[in-house]
Amino acid sequence: MQYRKLKLEVAVHNFQYTRAKNAAGAIAELSKNPAAKLVAGGTNLIDLMKYGVMAPDRLVDINRLSYNAIQKESGVLSIGATVTNSVAAANEMVLQYQPLLSQAMLAGASPQLRNKATMGGNLLQRTRCPYFYDISEPCNKREPGTGCGALKGYNRMHAIFGASDACIAVNPSDMNVALVALDASVQVTGPKGKRNIPIAEFHRLPGKHPELDNTLDRREVITGLLIPDNAFSKHTTYLKVRDRASYAFALISVAVALEMEETTEGTTIKEVHLAMGGVAHKPWRLTAAEQLLKGKKATVENFKMAAELAMQGAKSYGHNDFKLKLAPNSIVQALKTASGIKA
Amino acid sequence: MGKKHLENADMAKAISRVDGRAKVTGAAKYAAEVQLQDLTYAVLVGSTIAQGIITKIDTQKAEWAPGVIAVISHLNTPGVPEYKLQNQDVIQKQLRVFDDANIYYNGQPVAVVIADTLERAQYGASLVSVTYKKEQHVSNLEDNLSRAVVPKKAKADPRGFTSDFVRGKAGAYLDAEVQVVEEYIQPSEVHHPMELHSIIASWEGNDKLTLVDKTQGSQQTQASIAKSFQLKPENVKVVATYVGGAFGSALRVWPHEIVAILAAKKVQKPVKLVLSRGQMSYMVGYRPYTLQKVSLGASKDGKLVGISHESYGKTSMYEEFTENVLQMTRMMYDVPNIDTKYRIVPLNVSTPAPMRGPGEATGSFALECAMDELSYKLNMDPIALRLVNYAGQDPDKLLPWSSNYLKDCYRLGAEKIGWNNRKAEAGTVQEGEWKVGYGVATGTFGAFRSAATIKATYKADGTLLLQSAIADIGPGTGTAMTSIAAENLGIDPSLITFQLGNSSFPKAPMQGGSNSVATVGSAVVAACTNLKVELAKRAAKQKQEWNNAVPANIQLKGNELVNSDDTASKVKLVSLFTEGGLTELVIEGSAAQGDERNKYSFYSYSVHFIEAHVHELTGVVRIKNAVSVVDCGTIVSPKTARSQLMGGIVGGIGMALMEEAVIDDRTGRTINASFGDYHVPVNADIPQMEMLFVNEKDPYLNPMGSKGLGEVVIIGVAPAVANAVYNATGKRIRHLPITPDKLI
Repeated sequence: MQYRKLKLEVAVHNFQYTRAKNAAGAIAELSKNPAAKLVAGGTNLIDLMKYGVMAPDRLVDINRLSYNAIQKESGVLSIGATVTNSVAAANEMVLQYQPLLSQAMLAGASPQLRNKATMGGNLLQRTRCPYFYDISEPCNKREPGTGCGALKGYNRMHAIFGASDACIAVNPSDMNVALVALDASVQVTGPKGKRNIPIAEFHRLPGKHPELDNTLDRREVITGLLIPDNAFSKHTTYLKVRDRASYAFALISVAVALEMEETTEGTTIKEVHLAMGGVAHKPWRLTAAEQLLKGKKATVENFKMAAELAMQGAKSYGHNDFKLKLAPNSIVQALKTASGIKA
Repeated sequence: MGKKHLENADMAKAISRVDGRAKVTGAAKYAAEVQLQDLTYAVLVGSTIAQGIITKIDTQKAEWAPGVIAVISHLNTPGVPEYKLQNQDVIQKQLRVFDDANIYYNGQPVAVVIADTLERAQYGASLVSVTYKKEQHVSNLEDNLSRAVVPKKAKADPRGFTSDFVRGKAGAYLDAEVQVVEEYIQPSEVHHPMELHSIIASWEGNDKLTLVDKTQGSQQTQASIAKSFQLKPENVKVVATYVGGAFGSALRVWPHEIVAILAAKKVQKPVKLVLSRGQMSYMVGYRPYTLQKVSLGASKDGKLVGISHESYGKTSMYEEFTENVLQMTRMMYDVPNIDTKYRIVPLNVSTPAPMRGPGEATGSFALECAMDELSYKLNMDPIALRLVNYAGQDPDKLLPWSSNYLKDCYRLGAEKIGWNNRKAEAGTVQEGEWKVGYGVATGTFGAFRSAATIKATYKADGTLLLQSAIADIGPGTGTAMTSIAAENLGIDPSLITFQLGNSSFPKAPMQGGSNSVATVGSAVVAACTNLKVELAKRAAKQKQEWNNAVPANIQLKGNELVNSDDTASKVKLVSLFTEGGLTELVIEGSAAQGDERNKYSFYSYSVHFIEAHVHELTGVVRIKNAVSVVDCGTIVSPKTARSQLMGGIVGGIGMALMEEAVIDDRTGRTINASFGDYHVPVNADIPQMEMLFVNEKDPYLNPMGSKGLGEVVIIGVAPAVANAVYNATGKRIRHLPITPDKLI
């Protein structure tokens, strides 16, 4: 005989709403109320509140903070945290200097969502794991200590890198994958002042604390993104493999940024940055593959070797076994597209 | 001879949807948008176990929550009188909501919270705490094939499509020179119409009930509810003026509708209950997960020797759901030996429901993929194979076809898509990174008509009001009926109003099984004929020659009644109202099925052609071109017919490439119960499409010459896609949907 007591229907709990005038005001709200949450576009948070996954006591609206600038200064493109995805994706400087970022954002969500979703919010987008969303199911990310529903459940969309027994969820954002490939950093401000967090250190692996998606202090406010200049703009690709042509999360996505060079040996790869989405709790940088390719000739043979190297340490969980093949195939395809090399 | 068939380019001159403007401007109010005085809001609480007993329901927190008026469960339900009746139908035994503490599936409604606003009802529902005694449950079909049963229905109808059947010799394929023996899986698919299932229930005293409801049959819901609550049918009024899609999910009364009525009784106020998108996966049916085994045997020249076909589909623990998965196998091809076996497997899931092309869409996936596999084994063109086995009459009923233009479908479609470009050897055509292939498959669905009546009110100002209880779930029934009446009478369509979706209007069938136009259209013709007879009778008082007028020759031209046999006899229409000083003439017209089914076999046909491109590395499938040709008799309303076919192709592409309701068998819960996770095609998935109609009259089904369209348009699309993917890649995917992971 087994008794079970579970949460049932989902509903938005009562909450207070306040509008922050400036960053200091937002930080003060977060400091005094541990259950307060910032809201900008609300495309993810409001959804999660409706599903009963998150139930903040107080919403602090930061849309009036107006971090809306997109600027290019001293070799760095900066994009304000409250700039929407659709504005950034269509911005001339983004298209000129960081086309990969635009490509990745346009691969995400739908035009309606991109019109609301902000750069800062997208950094914090939470996983789409179905066990995280269904409050009658166990989930260590939603309720630490309840277990992982996906580990032995339906895990087709789940991680093959960096997962733990506590959580095999993936980061669902497309934008984040491009930011990792572009060595961006996240500008934040908090009770202890301002700091820049390198994007690679912003998102975290689940370990024993999958409830933590990132390294942001809960009293800190994201104010913008910084992307250093690079020479990639001619050879970038964001490949997103998914179950339908739009409005679906990535089975696998690959961000490629290449700098090509014509040498006496032929077309070689001067510099390369690679990152993958749909494979880990954070956007997955393919450092070993990058090292292999750097200085090498741009050939499909080399792309395949790099893809194989990138897959070292991958582990699948049943329904996502196919990713062990789809991921390297996608890396090769993305490199072919970005380089224009077909053979 | 000019062409008779219709294609995309022919649609421009047809009339547009009569309610199109109301729908796109929001003027059309769907059930959930209707507001009544004192309206209260109900939110259902679903179980979180799949099998067991409710041991405790703690409602105190919910009852104390602001705005909450009542919490109802099996502990305090006002009760459904029908549940206490004896001798109930054991086959269609609906879930007896709130009748006892038993749980049969995860997500089953266990309580409802009623509050003064929707948000307060939702919050209240989140506070209801239910404790269960959990028992072992089963939800996986393959693991539970040993539980398969012959449906009770089969015993009642030994010739029916769910009974074990043998024509000629069973297992005859084993003797054939060339054989295909394979298993095919169609996963569960959720209907997910855009409009959520919604109802507003409102009692007047203890014996009168009005429902604003999403339903495919206002009068059938009326009858079902009257029986459940032991009310006089005339005391139950059901209004479903606009229905935003249903695909079969609103063909019956579901538990949430009963709950809304119980709740309205309890709180003595009107109650609105709208299912959430998540609840749509648990409460209003689905196309059942079905495993099929198909064995084909043929001689080397492609002539089929025998087919053996078995089907195993999911059903619930409390009700037997069956559908005609095996019908097409019995009648489609000229085969001497056929044996079929139909089984259902009771599991801890909710009851399935007919979903567009019910049964046949599932059956055709297996049969038409198997035919394709056979064509490769024979090294024979798939169209040629089908033509070799073309049935000149119905081999099942041994009756002549009422009409059958399948050969024209194959010919027109092959020309349009460029079938000549298809290479017989699979996996041999490459365009850049994409592998290219072509596929074809056939669909069929019975053509029916039943009984209906139309009330026609013709006014002295020249306007005509037609009324019928029929629903319009999207096909454009009002538009088709307007077209029929306008053509019959010769008046401008803008003078005609067609009112529908109300149980107090004249008799109509449910909108399901592709019989609305055939049935209600026949009644429209009858009403128009009766109107013309009445007008001629009145005209005869002015000009005697009208006594000899034949209705078919009478037209209402401009402001005159004209007899094409005797054009000099025309009279002013307005003058026909003077006798009796009338301002309007009220006429009825009825039509019903005759004895035609004893003489002919009635089917509509579709042939679908697909050009698929499959990415060599990622396995992504892009449909580049879709051509479908339908033989559904004369096309009554070309634009809406075209839209129906377009929707069928899109639905079929979804079925082939993405639709799958995934259940976690450990809990029995649906993993993808949201529109974000349950994929249907988006615009970017939809290719160039060509919608063609043979447009040849069926002489026997109804006066318009039409046959049904709504179901046959999706039947055969999924196998055409699967066959195109095989032709492109050499990979045969027998378990839908065909997602990228299956092709790498």
